[in-house]
This record gives sequence, structure tokens and C-alpha cells, in this order.
Amino acid sequence: MASKQVLSPLPGTFYRKPAPDQPPYKEEGDTVAEGDVVGLVEVMKTFHEVKADAAGTIAKFLIDNEDAIMAGQPIVEISG
Amino acid sequence: MGIGTLLIANRGEIAVRIIRAARELGICTVQAHSQADADSLAVRLADRAIDIGPPQAAKSYLDGEAILRAAKESGADAIHPGYGFLAENADFADAVDDAGLNFVGPTGESIRLLGDKVTARGLAATLGVPTVPGSDGRIDDLDSARSIVDRIGFPIMIKAAAGGGGRGIRVVTDQAEFDHRLPQASAEAKAAFGDGGLYFERFIENARHVEVQVLGDGDHVVHCYERECSLQRRRQKVWEEAPAAMLPDDVRTALCKSAVAIARHVGYRGAGTLEYLYDELSGEFHFIEMNTRIQVEHPVTECVTGIDIVREMLRIAGGEPLRWRQDDIRITGHAIECRINAEDPANNFMPSVGVVDGLSVPGGPGVRFDTMLYPGYAVPPFYDSLLGKLIVWDETRSSALKRLERALAELEISGIKTTKPLHQALVAEETVRGSTFDTNFLEHWLESGPPSLVE
Repeated sequence: MASKQVLSPLPGTFYRKPAPDQPPYKEEGDTVAEGDVVGLVEVMKTFHEVKADAAGTIAKFLIDNEDAIMAGQPIVEISG
Repeated sequence: MGIGTLLIANRGEIAVRIIRAARELGICTVQAHSQADADSLAVRLADRAIDIGPPQAAKSYLDGEAILRAAKESGADAIHPGYGFLAENADFADAVDDAGLNFVGPTGESIRLLGDKVTARGLAATLGVPTVPGSDGRIDDLDSARSIVDRIGFPIMIKAAAGGGGRGIRVVTDQAEFDHRLPQASAEAKAAFGDGGLYFERFIENARHVEVQVLGDGDHVVHCYERECSLQRRRQKVWEEAPAAMLPDDVRTALCKSAVAIARHVGYRGAGTLEYLYDELSGEFHFIEMNTRIQVEHPVTECVTGIDIVREMLRIAGGEPLRWRQDDIRITGHAIECRINAEDPANNFMPSVGVVDGLSVPGGPGVRFDTMLYPGYAVPPFYDSLLGKLIVWDETRSSALKRLERALAELEISGIKTTKPLHQALVAEETVRGSTFDTNFLEHWLESGPPSLVE
């Protein structure tokens, strides 16, 4: 089964939820369509959505909520 | 008394600025820094540095306990909070005081009284200082809303009580629109913020943002005149001037007098700024809020008054009385500040992160560049985008504009995108040169497709 990693387009802080009191965009095991939002990256107090660039199933998050992230760092693994 | 060792609980250009003022007073400096700021200019310049946690501000610069621990470990007897982060956190100011340390700023009680929009507005009204006519608190039922609107008149701004940062605001211009929009605004506020409460203010269409700098020592308060900060994008100031060129002298006098009255009423200690909207059409000014801290745009006031405001904050916190009477403070010339941010103005102000591989700082008469940049510095993504502030002073506003044009041409920052092209376009813009802008100008100008913002 092919798997694909979604990479962060920007450096900053990674969030799995749209707001602290809301559920995560996606959980491991969820199915995703291409273009689905999988997280947010905060860079210099602005927020940017990270979208899945392939359809499939979320195999694993490779970074925790609120962790620092580098541009190009893998965020999530999608198996499809 | 006096401060022996100062912990700087902030970062960026303001940390550098505080270190410079402290050093001139013979104060030993300790720079509190996150792990992302270990290579910062403030760390390089301070006598000592102490790690207060991970890059994210919530886990370092906003962690009051970590900062108090750092102060204790480093033997500091005072903490300067700068601006942002914990600068206007009344509980933190109290905690610093309870720990037997000196908070460089007002008391927690003053911050509570003046930092809260609703209580500050009430205080201003008690002292006869005009506030923007409005509902004086939240409105929950629609009938009372109508009677308040009858009193205020149109146009009005409907704001969500639980909103903030410009969210949940709509402007209505007549009764029919009001009746239509109100239930909708309440439902939207409930959906967005979990609270359908609303409040109103009269919408001042052609407002200029004018603010008065004050200094107090707990007993006496003086003002250092005003600044104009009407050039704003998304309610963030991008360009500031002192004095406010369009302000008639009698209005300036009344405005500054009202600012002193408010600050004096609470026995204000430290540097503070009272913000107003000035309506050029009616000649009225309205108090909006007070910032109980040093501000980003303080240098323009320093340039026209000759007072080192940050040094004065440290002297006051160290127990010295104010060294000026009001009559001693005069304005000379005109100053302009441009905020240089790590954003690409040609690409919708997208943040720009990277290494500054080249830096050429402008110089010459009347030019100051307050920054934390140095060649080779890697701009971290975790904080706001302010890289530095280019400040010019000259005898008149028109000569200051020419000097700004010259200084912007000399400023070179390579490796990342900056807002320098925005300022170059603004300094050439007729509305800016003629000082005929209001708080809506910059957004509309950007929407209308201004000249090239590409560097």
C-alpha cells in the first residue's frame, strides 16, 4: 500500500485543531479527501491551513499539537 | 533605591532598546529568552542571559512563573515587561510585586482600572472626558437597543460583546438596516463566540487615531504631547508621526489635558498612552482606551521632546520622582516612524521567515533605526513580524518626509521580504504627503491597487 507524507509549507507552530476548545481536524484512522484540512501552522501570529495533497486514510501524525515545525517537515502520513 | 539588576521579559527591538537605556543608567541587564531567541541581539548585548523555555510564547514569554523564577535565579531586583506578552497583565504585575521585585510599569490595580475598556471608559466619562457615544455596556434585548440607537444616531457600529481583534463588527446606517441586521448580528455572535451579547458605538467615519504619551511617578503626571497613528492595516499601526499635523492647537491642549486628568486620577506610575479618535469634520475627540505600557511608536515622541522615555520608566521604577514639570516639555520639529516587518507587501503581506544575509542601516542627521537585526540573524517564525523601526526627525513635516525617503533608499535588508516597499510607496503618495488620510485610508488604498510593492 502506497503512503504519502503531507509536508508543512511553512515554519512555525503546528496545531491539529481549529481552536483550543474544538476537536482536531482529523484523527488517526480517519479517511481524507484531497484538499481536506489536516492542521494549521502559525507563523508570525498568522494562521495557515495545511491541506492533504492526496486522498486516503490518516496512518499517523508525525508531529504533536502545538509543537514547533520547520518548513518541509512531514506532518502526517496518509496511506491510500 | 534604584534598580541594580534588571530582567528583560521581552524580545526583539524593545528588548534591545531597554538594554541600551539600562546600560546608560549603570543597571546590570539579564535577558530572559526563549530557546528560539538564544542567538538574538538582546542576548548578545545583555550582561547575562537566561533560558525561560520553548520557542512558543505561551511556554516562555507568556509564562509568568518561568519569568519570576528566572528573575530570582539571576538575582534581578526589577522586571521590565516591554510591550505585548505580559506588559498589561495585572496579575503578573501583582505577582512581581508579591515576589518583592520591582515591576517597571504601573501597579496591577492601575492596569485593571485603565486597561479594561469598559472601566476606563466609565472613568473618562466621570472626569468629563468625551468617549465615543455608545451603549455603555452590553445590550441583550432588542427593545432597549432601539432606544439607545435613537439617542446615539446613525451610523453606528454593532459589536459582539465577546468579539475582539476586529471580529464581529458591522456598520449600519439607518433604522431599517438596523432592524434587519440586529437579530442576524446576535445570532452570528452566538455562533462565532458562544455569546449573542452585543454593544454599540457611534461609527466615526473619517477618524484620525491620535494618542497622548504620559509619564507619571505616582504623584505627578505630565504629558509628552501626542502622536498620530492613522495609517493602519487590520487595526495594526504601520506608520506613526509626532506631532499630529492636522490637530488644531486648542484641540491639542484639550486632548493632552484630558489625558493627564485620567492618569492623575489613578496616581499613574510609569509610561502610558491614552488613545483617542479625532473627528476632523466635527472637531470632536473621543477617548477610546489606555495602554498601560511603553508603545512601539514611543521613539517619535522621544525625537520631538528630547525625553528618553524608556530611561525615564527605569528611573521612575527605581523610585525617582519625575524630572520634568509640564512647562519644561516642548515639541521641536517633526518625527515619522515606519514599522519594517518581515512580510511581503506584494503577496498579501505573507510572513517571511529566513536568514538576514545582508543588512545596510541608514545613517546621517535625524535618522534612527531601532532593530534587533544583525547580518546572519535567522528570523524565527514564532513571534510577531516586527524587524525594526525606521525613525526620522527634521525641522518640518515636509523635510522629514524627504529625509524618510532618503533613509528608506539607504536601508537594505536582504534574505527575507520586508515592508520597506510599502513605506516607499506611502512616502510618495499624495494623501500621505498632504496628511489627509484617516484610519480607513491604508486598507482602501491597498485594495485599489497602489504602485508597485515589489522590492
